[in-house]
Amino acid sequence: MIGRRGVVVVGASAGGLSTVEALRRQGHAGPVTVVGAEKHPPYDRPPLSKQVLSGAWEPDRARLRPDSALAESGAEFVYGDPAVGLDADALTVHTASGRRLHAEAVVVATGLRPRTLPGQAELAGAHVLRSLEDALALREELGHGARVAVVGDGVLGTEIAATARGTGAEVTLVGPQSAPMTAQLGPRAAALLADLHTERGIRLRLGTGVSGLCGSGGRVTGVRLADGEVLPADTVVVAIGADPATAWLQGSGLATDDGLVCDSRCRAAEGVYAVGDVARWHHEDLGSIRLENRTNATEQAAAAAAGILGGGAAYRPVPYFWTDQFDVKVQIYGRPTADADFDVVEGEIGGGRFVAEYRRGGAVTAVLGWRMPKQARLRAAAALNNRAPVAP
Amino acid sequence: MKVTVDQDTCVASGQCVMAAEDVFDQRDEDGIAVVLEPEPSPERAADVRQAAAVCPALAIAVQE
Repeated sequence: MIGRRGVVVVGASAGGLSTVEALRRQGHAGPVTVVGAEKHPPYDRPPLSKQVLSGAWEPDRARLRPDSALAESGAEFVYGDPAVGLDADALTVHTASGRRLHAEAVVVATGLRPRTLPGQAELAGAHVLRSLEDALALREELGHGARVAVVGDGVLGTEIAATARGTGAEVTLVGPQSAPMTAQLGPRAAALLADLHTERGIRLRLGTGVSGLCGSGGRVTGVRLADGEVLPADTVVVAIGADPATAWLQGSGLATDDGLVCDSRCRAAEGVYAVGDVARWHHEDLGSIRLENRTNATEQAAAAAAGILGGGAAYRPVPYFWTDQFDVKVQIYGRPTADADFDVVEGEIGGGRFVAEYRRGGAVTAVLGWRMPKQARLRAAAALNNRAPVAP
Repeated sequence: MKVTVDQDTCVASGQCVMAAEDVFDQRDEDGIAVVLEPEPSPERAADVRQAAAVCPALAIAVQE
């Protein structure tokens, strides 16, 4: 049982908030303290590259809970005070402002830090997108006629490219793959995404790496490609992935390896758990994995809360994510691989709405929905049998 | 108990349907959640709270 010292949650985003709510739902009435590095109450990140970036939503709409709900939770929320150290034996969290928080359980939900290109910090007009401030700063530079280069052909880069194009900007998407999101979708669906982006006026400059940024007078002027070509741009967005925010755990004795390493129950050590983007855990079906997915933050929080309260089981979700690009919502259950067969099982590619199954050795390993959310969910539930597919 | 869904915020993941399928459904055309039973019976309360908790957009409001 958790007693007087209660639970300290490090990170006040979706994973941290979900942990608080899961603890309460599961019956923990004792103290909970949440410390966040950002100055904001918990807000949602998926809208940052979509509705917030396009201007359709004011920032307040991305808030996860109103003040009244946060107060009702009975947890103490501390903002703008990043954790700087953890004593894992004593279960004590140290923060930048000098707080020492003693706990009976610590939950690490510190998320990610976006990677940058060399010299990026010194160049105005060169952006990353992780925080609300990032989204608002980038939004200022979008709009009709702006020349925008997006570096990175993963989920975030392609979403930003689509949203930027929607504001009227002239957008070029740069990345090393032959089509956007090939790693996440496999080649067939990625080719469809490439067609979508091209039809909507995005210039794809794929199959090439980036060697750096060009600048003049402290302002970015373009992107230098690996082959020496320079793409001129007024604004550059760098979306080349992110690293788990674990630097503050140095000296804690906890194992980090592209994430805080946890067992199958999301436990890094006695009394220490990890949740969300930062957590690398042993998935009993898929091996050692880390998921940068919104739904994982919530589901893993529930699993960690159960573990803290003395119950719980191995955490083994079917990986799931979605992306919205232009008017297309793509949803993926499971883990597509490049070598999987890709069969449309409902709808038609030509009709712009379909569900496809990925198969390896006859077994369905993933399900994709393209503007067919309900049908994709039903197919996934049936084909994946509520069980994660076998690891590649 | 009263339950509502903010359809502008909904991201069509269908998690609510998996948690409480007699209370929620998804529109066939775009997957946006709809409430089938706006005042669920007390026996459904736990599942409805679970649906609200797992919604990735926190688009479900429950009034006890």
